[in-house]
Amino acid sequence: MNTQLTTLRDAIATHVRDGQCIALEGFTHLIPFAAGHELIRQGRRDLHLVRMTPDIVYDQMIGMGCARRLTFSWGGNPGVGSLHRLRDAVEHQWPVALELDEHTHAGMAAAYAAGAAHLPFGMLRGYLGTDLPQHNPRIRRVECPFTGEPLAAVPAINPDVTILHAQRADRRGNVALHGIIGAQRECAFAARTLVVTVEEIVDELPPAMNGVVLPHWIVAAVAHCPGGAYPSYVHDHYSRDNSFYQRWDALAREREGFLAWMNRHVLGTADHAGFLASLREAA
Amino acid sequence: MSDWTRDEMMTVAASRLLWDGCVCFVGIGLPSAACNLARLTHAPDIVLIYESGTVGTRPDVLPLSIGDGELAATAACVIGLPEVFSYLLQAGRVDVGFLGAAQIDRHGNLNSTVIGSYAAPRTRLPGAGGATEIAAHARQTFVMLKATPRSLVGHLDFCTSPGFLNGDGARAKTSMRGAGPQSVITDFGVLTPEPGSDELHLTALFPGATIDEARAATGWPLQVAATVTELAPPSAIELETLRALHVRTREAHSRAVRLPA
Repeated sequence: MNTQLTTLRDAIATHVRDGQCIALEGFTHLIPFAAGHELIRQGRRDLHLVRMTPDIVYDQMIGMGCARRLTFSWGGNPGVGSLHRLRDAVEHQWPVALELDEHTHAGMAAAYAAGAAHLPFGMLRGYLGTDLPQHNPRIRRVECPFTGEPLAAVPAINPDVTILHAQRADRRGNVALHGIIGAQRECAFAARTLVVTVEEIVDELPPAMNGVVLPHWIVAAVAHCPGGAYPSYVHDHYSRDNSFYQRWDALAREREGFLAWMNRHVLGTADHAGFLASLREAA
Repeated sequence: MSDWTRDEMMTVAASRLLWDGCVCFVGIGLPSAACNLARLTHAPDIVLIYESGTVGTRPDVLPLSIGDGELAATAACVIGLPEVFSYLLQAGRVDVGFLGAAQIDRHGNLNSTVIGSYAAPRTRLPGAGGATEIAAHARQTFVMLKATPRSLVGHLDFCTSPGFLNGDGARAKTSMRGAGPQSVITDFGVLTPEPGSDELHLTALFPGATIDEARAATGWPLQVAATVTELAPPSAIELETLRALHVRTREAHSRAVRLPA
């Protein structure tokens, strides 16, 4: 398969359909915000969203009515508190009801790893002594065929589309990322379709024996999107805007203020460059 | 009047529980401050692991999130999450796990998921993250949380992370690899599990705190150990180090970030 080098707008229009299972991964670092905003601009609905930590990017998508279901393992604003739009959806079904498929980090890591290997389920010594399995029928037990030990099983996660952000890609579509890598490698290999936004496209990737390289034949599309992880960060390019994460608590607390902010900065801008320019104007 | 706050005393008391060279899985907030205070005072070779996969990290300022760039830039190595949870945590290679929660019960079980019912919660909390498996498999855990009758409760709304389950040795009959919560550091002192019953009882008080205050802040009839130790107040070095760390952290977090071009 040849990787398309394309725009983010075209990549989303081509590869993401209403109702699909979509994972935007990146553990605190390399969160694909630009792609999340483009999904909102293109009005995708009924998505099954998957992310270990929903973070602000899914708070925004949930608040804008893109999601019907959420697979996750920790749904807060890191170091700050609640994700108010996620809470409003769970507590008051606003703007629409949100079905939860709730796990632990270890469970989701196992589910992604199983998905990457195309195995039917992930296995772990997990979910012991917790009430989670009583509320999630997708957390089950299997018995080790050799020792008889009961182990936890979770269904593999194989997103219809995984979207990642990375430092760079070459023109063939090989993608390299470094720094905190979370479960991106597993989530990439688990995907039916993989779309990546990058800070830069280069003629040749620097040799990196153990850097995470996603080979071009698993990458459907690469879009050049500088700043595409802001307000999260890209190691060696820009830092996490911790003060934005702190301000988001007040910005997203009430529905009206949230909608006004999204209308101005996301729906009211044509693309990610426009989004960043609108924040510069507001500063 | 003491010249330190209860938050500072909690952080200092928790840091003193850590030993040089111990491998410690760190949570954000008070645990992160306690672990870094230990590293900057009596435990320079402590190995700090944040669940973002930053191993052996030595941050100059406290991170706001579990995955700030500072943690990666100062780490001995950065690994993927499946490795963190499988090869380190479930494999039993973590000495101490540090946890917080919204609620704890008398057997050290923790809730960080919901207040009210799961299906129709009054308050939806962030959920488990790494906590459930840390609680099960770290060789021991320390818990830090502020004491109110709404946090130290007779009955949890939801059990996110196991302590001693129903007590009386119930945990030891499971396949959890760790010994469970060995110290609960709260803002009047320290609770530890009583051998046999596994019920948390009061074993140490902060200077100036009283048994009556501890009982009033606890939502179950709190048992008190035969001997209750009074912990030493923070030393000058501990206080100076902790306060300087907080000053550096506040300064770093309020620094404007240049928007990417």
